[in-house]
Amino acid sequence: MTVLLIALGAAVGAPLRYLTDRAVQARHASAFPWGTLTVNVAGSLVLGVVTALPTSPAVTALLGTGFCGALTTWSTLSYETLRLHRGGRRGHAVANVLVSIAAGLTAATLGYVLARAVTG
Amino acid sequence: MGGTVTGPSEFRVDPDVDLRVPADRRELTAHPAAVLGVIAAGGVLGALARAGLQATFPHPPTGFPWATFGINVAGCLLIGALMAVLTARPAGPLVRPFLGVGVLGGFTTFSTYAVDAQRAVAAGSPGTALAYLAATLAGALLAVWAGDAVASRLLARAKVGAAR
Repeated sequence: MTVLLIALGAAVGAPLRYLTDRAVQARHASAFPWGTLTVNVAGSLVLGVVTALPTSPAVTALLGTGFCGALTTWSTLSYETLRLHRGGRRGHAVANVLVSIAAGLTAATLGYVLARAVTG
Repeated sequence: MGGTVTGPSEFRVDPDVDLRVPADRRELTAHPAAVLGVIAAGGVLGALARAGLQATFPHPPTGFPWATFGINVAGCLLIGALMAVLTARPAGPLVRPFLGVGVLGGFTTFSTYAVDAQRAVAAGSPGTALAYLAATLAGALLAVWAGDAVASRLLARAKVGAAR
């Protein structure tokens, strides 16, 4: 059952990452990978909420391990950073990883704190 | 890291797409169901592999998340190698969406990285959180560079061998 729920969450999360990335990247002309930053921060926020709530293991498998896990990515983050570096955009490369980590941590903490505040 | 400066058409982006590359711009409109289908299938495979490893090597809230660390570093090594191979030897239109966006995107995770670090801080282990944040960052960047460098070198050697 857990395996099915993880699979279901990932089957939605992975294509949503692709579609979000395309939609965001189509809306600006800069070399900065805003699309990947968007999915990583959004996924960290949602997982922060899921972690804070007294949810069942089934919900954690579906939304946490499956959906948030597949929506967010380290492989693309690192590859895009390498690409920026190779393209001579060293400042963008450094900013990409530092902003991703800072924003991801902030989002995870925010999701956790907000969910705790709402549920008491 | 170093290396030659290459244009967007030679050094491609995953996931998805460098929209400055015509083939990537057309990718979704050309065969939307197939592209999204292989991404979903790859994502499921990657996520199940990740879940299996995390269940095999669990960690306490104050401990170092070794499983997720290893998963993310390994995924970065593989994406570096994959993109080097696909740049040198272009494959079918569904190979990168399946392996890069799907399998490796689903295998690696950023949300668990952020939340595990936040939980370690909340559990009273800021040192572990900081070590985990820094080790993953350094490991991921080193791995993607190494994956690209090793695969590129092997491909160049194979090309020289074939030309002889």
